[in-house]
Amino acid sequence: MNPSLFSPEGLAGVIFLILIGVTMIGAIIATCTQRLIRSVSGLAVCFVGVAGLYYFLNSPFVAMMELLIYVGAVCVTIAFAIMLAEPDERRLARKISGLSGGLAAVCGGAVSFALAYAAVTGHWMAPATPVNDGSLKMMGEALLTKYSMVFELISIVLLVAIIGSMALARAGRRGN
Amino acid sequence: MLTLSTQLNTYLIIGAILFGFGIFGMVRRPSLIGMLIAVELVLSGASINFMAFNRFLAPDPTVGQIITLFIMAIAAAEAAISLSIVIAVYRNYKSIEVEDLVELKG
Repeated sequence: MNPSLFSPEGLAGVIFLILIGVTMIGAIIATCTQRLIRSVSGLAVCFVGVAGLYYFLNSPFVAMMELLIYVGAVCVTIAFAIMLAEPDERRLARKISGLSGGLAAVCGGAVSFALAYAAVTGHWMAPATPVNDGSLKMMGEALLTKYSMVFELISIVLLVAIIGSMALARAGRRGN
Repeated sequence: MLTLSTQLNTYLIIGAILFGFGIFGMVRRPSLIGMLIAVELVLSGASINFMAFNRFLAPDPTVGQIITLFIMAIAAAEAAISLSIVIAVYRNYKSIEVEDLVELKG
């Protein structure tokens, strides 16, 4: 049951523990640092760890998409926005009061504990027999047959998001 | 300790902790971009839950992966829209702190 440290399963377990650590450290950096650019770096680290967790969940394709979309696109976009709208560094010191931090810790801790408690004590249904292997081929077939409507809708959402963000970012511009 | 990766509860607890960090950051951060980063953490925790149930309990293991892909697409769209709102707000107020955005008239 308990594999030795140097067997393949043991090494995989060590890598899994490291990934959990990377995810948690990334989340802590993302929420607890003062400067926003450090916070974005922490977010990228956290997403790298989450991509590793997806790999352990038999989904290498989703892991790659996590790296490409979140680390490669979302974090870079946020970094550009921070460069464009740089917050005033001198005012950072007075901003986070102790009351706000304590309230935030209580809220986050309560939600986290409640979810974890429900997850551990809940009685989940028995594991079902898989009808397919969940491979990339099966996902592609499902996307183009069973979920084709959702697939088209999400592309419309992305198109509207592109046009809307361009229109919004242009609206406040002065001098033209 | 080394067999944690084969248990459903591990992933559920990681998802719950990420969700909690997201809520924590959303309440604590004084600026709009910081809150956006916290929202990304919340979405990530939800995705981990979907993927865990998909791996361990679901009869069709493609459903959870597809839902996670859709969550990523929605998150990307949401980040683009909210960042352009942040840029527009910054042009008007010269600030992205929530405390400074107190005027309602558009």
